[in-house]
Amino acid sequence: MTAMKIKTSRSYKVFNACNIIFLLLLSLSFLLPMITVVSGSIVGQQERLERGAVILIPHTIDLSGYRILLSKGSAIYPAYRNTLFLITVGTFLNLMVTSMMAYTLSKKFLPGRTAMITTVFITMLFGGGLVPTYLLVNALGLIDSLWALILPSLVSAWNMLIMRNFFYSIPESLEESALLDGATPFSVFLKIILPLSKPVLATIGMFYAVGHWNAWFPGVIYINSTDKLPVQNIMRNMIALYSAADINPEAMNDERYLYNPPIESLQMATIVVGTLPILVIYPFVQKYFVKGIMIGSIKG
Amino acid sequence: MTVFAPAVRKNKLGFLGTLWKYRFYYWLALPGLIYFLVFQYGPMAGILMAFKDFSPLEGYRGIITGDWVGLANFERFCNSYYFWNIMGNTLAISGLKILYGFPAPIILALLLNEVRSLHFKKTVQTISYMPHFLSMVVVMGILRKLFSADTGYVNYFIKLMGGEEITFLADERYFRGILVGSTVWQTVGWGSIIYLAAITGIDPALYEAATIDGANRLQQVFHVTIPSIANVVVIMLILRMGQILNAGFEQIFLLYSPAVYSVADIIDTYVYREGLISMNYEYATAVGLFKSVVAVILVLGTNIIARRLGQEGIW
Repeated sequence: MTAMKIKTSRSYKVFNACNIIFLLLLSLSFLLPMITVVSGSIVGQQERLERGAVILIPHTIDLSGYRILLSKGSAIYPAYRNTLFLITVGTFLNLMVTSMMAYTLSKKFLPGRTAMITTVFITMLFGGGLVPTYLLVNALGLIDSLWALILPSLVSAWNMLIMRNFFYSIPESLEESALLDGATPFSVFLKIILPLSKPVLATIGMFYAVGHWNAWFPGVIYINSTDKLPVQNIMRNMIALYSAADINPEAMNDERYLYNPPIESLQMATIVVGTLPILVIYPFVQKYFVKGIMIGSIKG
Repeated sequence: MTVFAPAVRKNKLGFLGTLWKYRFYYWLALPGLIYFLVFQYGPMAGILMAFKDFSPLEGYRGIITGDWVGLANFERFCNSYYFWNIMGNTLAISGLKILYGFPAPIILALLLNEVRSLHFKKTVQTISYMPHFLSMVVVMGILRKLFSADTGYVNYFIKLMGGEEITFLADERYFRGILVGSTVWQTVGWGSIIYLAAITGIDPALYEAATIDGANRLQQVFHVTIPSIANVVVIMLILRMGQILNAGFEQIFLLYSPAVYSVADIIDTYVYREGLISMNYEYATAVGLFKSVVAVILVLGTNIIARRLGQEGIW
C-alpha cells in the first residue's frame, strides 16, 4: 500500500515537472514574439547586415526607427490623435446610448418592451452584410469622416444585453422612493442607476475602448485621407503595403537614412508604439474582461 | 374584481396615453432605437439589391429603382468557378481551426488546474491572455517577421541548417497551417477561461470520494474533472459549429495574396473583392446574403440542439 502510494506520487511529480516546463515554454511562446519585435526595433542597419535576421539582444542600441517615427511631420501623430478621438468620444457615445437603451429595456412593465428587444435580437442573428452597409455609410455622406468609424457600430447588442441584465439586479425599491418624490426616470437613471453601475460601465467601456483601439477594417473601407487614419491602419500600411518611407518623408530625407533606410527597425518601432498602451494596461483590465465573459455566460 | 382594476385602467390610457405616461423611458431608448433602425435595418433593406440589376452610379437609391432580376445573381454565384473553391476553403480553414483550436484551451485549462502554485498559475494565465488583446494587424506584423522570405526568422534557421528558403506566406502548402497556428496561439489562453471556471465549479466532495476510492491525481482528471466539464465542452463545441462559416476574415484579409487564393480565398474575402474592389455590388450582396442565411440556420439549429441537451444556448 505504502509502496504504491510512493510510486503514484513519484509519477505525479514527474508529470508535475513536465507540466510546469510545458507551461513555461508556452508562456515563452506568447512573450517571445513581442520581445523580438521590441529588440527588432532597436537594432541598427549595420548590425542587422552583420549578424543576420535573428537578433534577440542587440550589441548596440540604435534608435533610428523611433527617431524617424517620432520626429516632426510623422504620420503617427495625426493617427494617435484620431485613435484618441475614437477612444474618448466613441467610447463615451457607445456607453451613453447603450446604457440608456439597456435601462429602458430593463423595465419589465414597459409596454412595447418585447418589440424593442426583438428588434435588437434580430440584429444579433442577421445583418445586411458588407456591401449594403458600405453603401449606406456612403449615402449618409460619412465616407472619409471619423464618424464612419463610430456610428455604424455605436451599440453592440451583446453588450447592451449584458448591461440590461446588470440593471435587473438593482432593487426596484431604490428607484420607487425617488419616483414617488417626483423625480423623473431621467434623473433616477442619472443619479441613482449610473452611480450604482460603475462596475458594469467599466467592463463594457473597456470592451468598447479596446475595440476602438484594435479596429482597422472600417478604416480601410471608409477612410481615404491618410491624416484621418487611426493608428492600426498606419501600422498596417507600414507593415503590409511597404510604404514605410511614407510615414515621415521629411525625416527619411536625412542623409543618415537616405541610402540605407532602417525600414525594418521603423516597422518594428511602429508596432511597439502602436501596441505599448494595450500591453501596459491589459494586465490591469483583463479582470474586467473575464468578468464580462462570466456575466455574458450567465444569462437572465 | 379589484385584481383586474389596474389592467382596465391601463387599457383606458390608449396608445398616446401610454406613450405619454412612459415618455421618459421611450426617450432614453430613442437614440439606441434610431441606431438599430438606421445602421442595422438600413443595410438589411439594401439586401433587396441582391435580387436586382443594380447600377453603382445610382447609389443607395438604386436599391429601389433597379430592375428585378430574381435569383440571377445567386445562380451566377452557384454556377461560378469560384463557388466550390471558396466554399471548400471556408469549410476547410474553419474545420482545421476547430480541430486544433477547440481542444487546445481545454487541454490548457486541465494543465493549469494541475498547477499547485497559485502564483505561477495566475502568471501563466495573465501571459496567455496577452495575444487576445493584440490587434490582428500586430499579429500580422509578427507573422511576417517570423515567416517572410528574406528576413524571416524561420527562414534564417532553415538557411542556417542548409535548407532552401521558403516563401511561407505565398506558398499553398503552408498558408493554412500558418492561419491555424496563429489562431490557436491567439485564442488558446483566453478560451481556457470558460473551462477553468467550469473546473472551479466542480464539487470538491467528488475529488474526496475519488481519493478515498484510491484514485491518483491523473485518474481523478480522467474520471472526475473531464466528465464534470463534459457538458460545457459539448455546448461550446455545438455553438462553435454554428460559426463554421466565419473562417476568420480579418486574419486572412491581412495575410493572403493572389498566390494563395486557391487555398485561402473564403466567402468573406470574395465578397469584399467582388463588392468593394470590383464594385459588383448586387452580386457581392447576393453572395453575402447566401452566407448570412446559411449562418442563421446554423446558429439557430445549433442553439436548439444545445437547448435540447438541457443547457441554455446563447439566448
